[in-house]
Amino acid sequence: MPRNPKTPQPIDPEQLRQAFAKRAFVLFVIVAGLFSVLGARLVWLMIVQYEEYRTQSEDNHRQTVPMVPVRGLIYDRNGHLLADNQPILSIAIVTEHVGDLDRTLFDVDALVGLSADERAAFKDRVRRKRRPLEEIPLKTGVTPAQRAIVEINRHRLPGVVISPESVRHYPFDALFAHAVGSVRRISEEDLIDLDARRYRSTRFIGKRGVEAFYEQSLHGEPGFRQVEVDVHGVERGEFSRQRPSPGHDLVLHLDVELQIAATRALGSRRGAVVAIEPKTGGILALVSNPSYDPNLFVSGLTAAQYQALLDSRDKPLLNRATDGRYAPGSTFKPIVGLAGLALDLTDWEATYADYGEFRLPNQRRVYRAWNWRPGQPGGQGIVNLRQAVFRSSNGYFYNLGSQMDVDALPEFAAQFGYGRVLSLDVADADAGVLPDSDWKRGERGEPWYPGDTVNMAIGQGDLLSTPLQVATVASIIANRGMLVPPRMLKSSDGVLPETLAPNAQPGRVEGLAETDWEQMVDAMEDVIHLGNQEYLRNGIAWAHIGRDIGYRLAGKSGTAQVVEIPQGEEYDEELLDEYSRKHAWFMAFAPADDPAIALSAFVENGGGGSSVAGPIVREVVDAYLLGKRPDTDDPAPPALASDAPLTPAAAGT
Amino acid sequence: MARDFHYTLPAGTALAQRRLYNVHLDLTLLVALIAIAGFGLLVLNAVSEQAGVVTGQMVRVGLAFVVMVALAQLEPRTYLRWAPIVYLIGLALLVLVLVLGVTAKGSTRWLDLPGLPRFQPSEMMKLAVPLAVAWYLHERSVPPRGRHLLVAVGLCIAPAALIAPQPDLGTSLLVAGGGLTVIVLAGIRWWLVAAAGGAMAAAAPVLWLFLNDYQRKRILTFLNPEQDPLGAGWNIAQSKIAIGSGGLFGKGLGEGTQSQLDFLPESGTDFIIAVVGEELGLVGAMLLLALYLVVIARALFMATSSPTTFGRLVAGALTLVFFAYVFVNIAMVSGLLPVVGVPLPLVSYGGTSAITLLAGFGIVMSIHSHRGW
Repeated sequence: MPRNPKTPQPIDPEQLRQAFAKRAFVLFVIVAGLFSVLGARLVWLMIVQYEEYRTQSEDNHRQTVPMVPVRGLIYDRNGHLLADNQPILSIAIVTEHVGDLDRTLFDVDALVGLSADERAAFKDRVRRKRRPLEEIPLKTGVTPAQRAIVEINRHRLPGVVISPESVRHYPFDALFAHAVGSVRRISEEDLIDLDARRYRSTRFIGKRGVEAFYEQSLHGEPGFRQVEVDVHGVERGEFSRQRPSPGHDLVLHLDVELQIAATRALGSRRGAVVAIEPKTGGILALVSNPSYDPNLFVSGLTAAQYQALLDSRDKPLLNRATDGRYAPGSTFKPIVGLAGLALDLTDWEATYADYGEFRLPNQRRVYRAWNWRPGQPGGQGIVNLRQAVFRSSNGYFYNLGSQMDVDALPEFAAQFGYGRVLSLDVADADAGVLPDSDWKRGERGEPWYPGDTVNMAIGQGDLLSTPLQVATVASIIANRGMLVPPRMLKSSDGVLPETLAPNAQPGRVEGLAETDWEQMVDAMEDVIHLGNQEYLRNGIAWAHIGRDIGYRLAGKSGTAQVVEIPQGEEYDEELLDEYSRKHAWFMAFAPADDPAIALSAFVENGGGGSSVAGPIVREVVDAYLLGKRPDTDDPAPPALASDAPLTPAAAGT
Repeated sequence: MARDFHYTLPAGTALAQRRLYNVHLDLTLLVALIAIAGFGLLVLNAVSEQAGVVTGQMVRVGLAFVVMVALAQLEPRTYLRWAPIVYLIGLALLVLVLVLGVTAKGSTRWLDLPGLPRFQPSEMMKLAVPLAVAWYLHERSVPPRGRHLLVAVGLCIAPAALIAPQPDLGTSLLVAGGGLTVIVLAGIRWWLVAAAGGAMAAAAPVLWLFLNDYQRKRILTFLNPEQDPLGAGWNIAQSKIAIGSGGLFGKGLGEGTQSQLDFLPESGTDFIIAVVGEELGLVGAMLLLALYLVVIARALFMATSSPTTFGRLVAGALTLVFFAYVFVNIAMVSGLLPVVGVPLPLVSYGGTSAITLLAGFGIVMSIHSHRGW
């Protein structure tokens, strides 16, 4: 590019300097402009958006750390601890802080040893992890020595924490598993319904029994600490703290000794015993057999262990006392008799000739006596209502039932709690089934046949009830028609938030005279006490439990058929599968004139009510009325290593 | 030679001014620079957890001031004479870096020559390029045209091209920018500047192809910081929170939760302005900005008063490089520019940039105080 000769090089230095000064000034204006941009940016961030950034900065370094409240204690009526809390050490892992999880597990295993179960359970929990930075338990019940080993190797084990944990402990192991229930680790499904704030760091929740029903009261209110954390989540200081308030302590009506007596009486048989104090409705004993050790659920079952419990044919997890539905059999007969009186279909004098076979007019079907054999129709001869009760005449009640209008019997029976939940605070108590015409149409799409009432009159057919319901019936008869709803809770140290079952109102069975109740009680006393009479005139339980009894016991046996025996075939216990045999029932209360205890005993596939369930009732009532005591302050027998102090129980509930 | 103080000084400072001038220093510039350095040490002290960090930094900054004073004593004609030589040596060293440089943190910027401390040749180019371009232009027609302009631009681009692949895009741009500033100061037409700017914007997509993944990521993060708030966007999000939460008066020195609890990354180095904002508030940050503005204004004025083209171009360009540092750093930390590794002059922890920048002001003072050449 040729130089332009017309452009002489400027030679005046001052002119050059001026030109530069001009340019420098322009650049300085640009500089100042860009500085203004920076200044404006700072004003924008620090003044205009100040609130937003201040909030973000607070959120960054402030963290709310929940403090788990201590779970309330559960006592029996005499101050024995049924559920308490024990401190344990556990090794947990915060997976976010771990580089190589397998490697960490390997290291921990090398230091303190991990069982295959612990590994499996841990992996399972990692999969179901529900919160970020959650401490996932790996090994519970760590000894101080093991703790020391882990602490020494801390630097090699980032993310491994040893945390003290307060966990539920059930001193009586399996004894109260069904009555008190247990806590379990909170699962993902639980979280859907839980108050996220209250349960933010809670690890256990009551499942089943009192633990479940009174979960709100027992849980307590969590405390919170406001702490300052750095970017790594490491705590640097504390702003404030609000202490957790522990859960309410509960005193139950349960009586440890009676519970033991009932459990012993049942022995190894599948079944249930429920005992109620009629005046208060307090549940004194609630046994379901087989049981399980609730402590296993606290420490955590392996999947295999849990599956084994689920799969067992004996169904140890089933609470037979409150959830088992069984035909009540002949224990229902007193109700039918009272219904007949209330409906004016019979009185105490009217008789029925029970010669074993009953037929509805114009029908072929034969309703048989319990002592029917092929070729021998059985029956109890000529019986009035009292005799029909203590002999458990099928014919009398077939006949009485056949005279009742379609829904009259269910309507009357409902007053005793059949088909309803009358208990105030029994978690998941089952309502059983009280069939009536509506039910049958809805459930079966069939009309109600007269035969249905006939069947129901001896506690068979579609009628199903739980041992708790049958014990409640005994309690209502013991109270001469007064219903006092059954309940677990005796007292507590404060007002509890739980809503009690809304349908469980105190009440009175209607339509019966005082004398009707007394005579029915007399008839039920005869079941046990009337002996040394002529043929077919002894109380049917007398031979089994009535010969040597030292108090007045009123009761009624029941033997409920499990499988339908075809017409005309013999019922032979020996030929039936163990799980198809009849259920044995006995409901009773004592002392008959001023009852202190009303109860039901049930043995699944146990056979005869009087011979199998009767002795159980006798043993339990013996223990309660004649045994150690209920009302004295005897220390607990050494077998029950429970030296808990009596809880300061506030006014009754 | 006429003294050209066009502003009045408080009584008594005139004497100090004259005495300092005799040792080739400028009172206003010196005081403002010391104030900035002192401000920086104060803030650094508030965020440094280990003992010795502040002492170490004091030593480095002190050394930088010594360098500045020493360079102010050299005569401008020395710079003029050495400018092309230093430039050529610098280019050679940059080539050496590419061949046998020391790699640290994924980039190769350092030379470890026997008998010398480890150093960054790119750093000296920040001074050498403006000097060389000014040397080239001062004997030729000003404003430069045609061939001269191309050569001058070439002088700027050659070292930048050698620095960019280290990779160090920030320094590369600063080095080229220093030289190009000389050209702009030399008086080329504004439309040419605008056209060059436009051409660069047009070339941006081409430049994109030469960027490393991490550089691309920085730019993408800048364009859309919410895209990855816990990853690459984290730094800038946290620095904005730090600055914004400082409010008008700040949380107090040492009381900034973002700075003290490690939410703010690089709190002592590149992101230190966020500490200033959080702990000293808008007032503190504006004070620092004001000090920088004083330095730039004074230095530009000193450049203007230089009697030679070389002196004016060098002093003006070095001042604007200083400004570039300040602007790019604060704009980056406050989320106006993508994250590039540019420290805040004299405040960020580290000695290299302090030495380079104060060396630059040493040259500015030399140019300003030596009149007879």
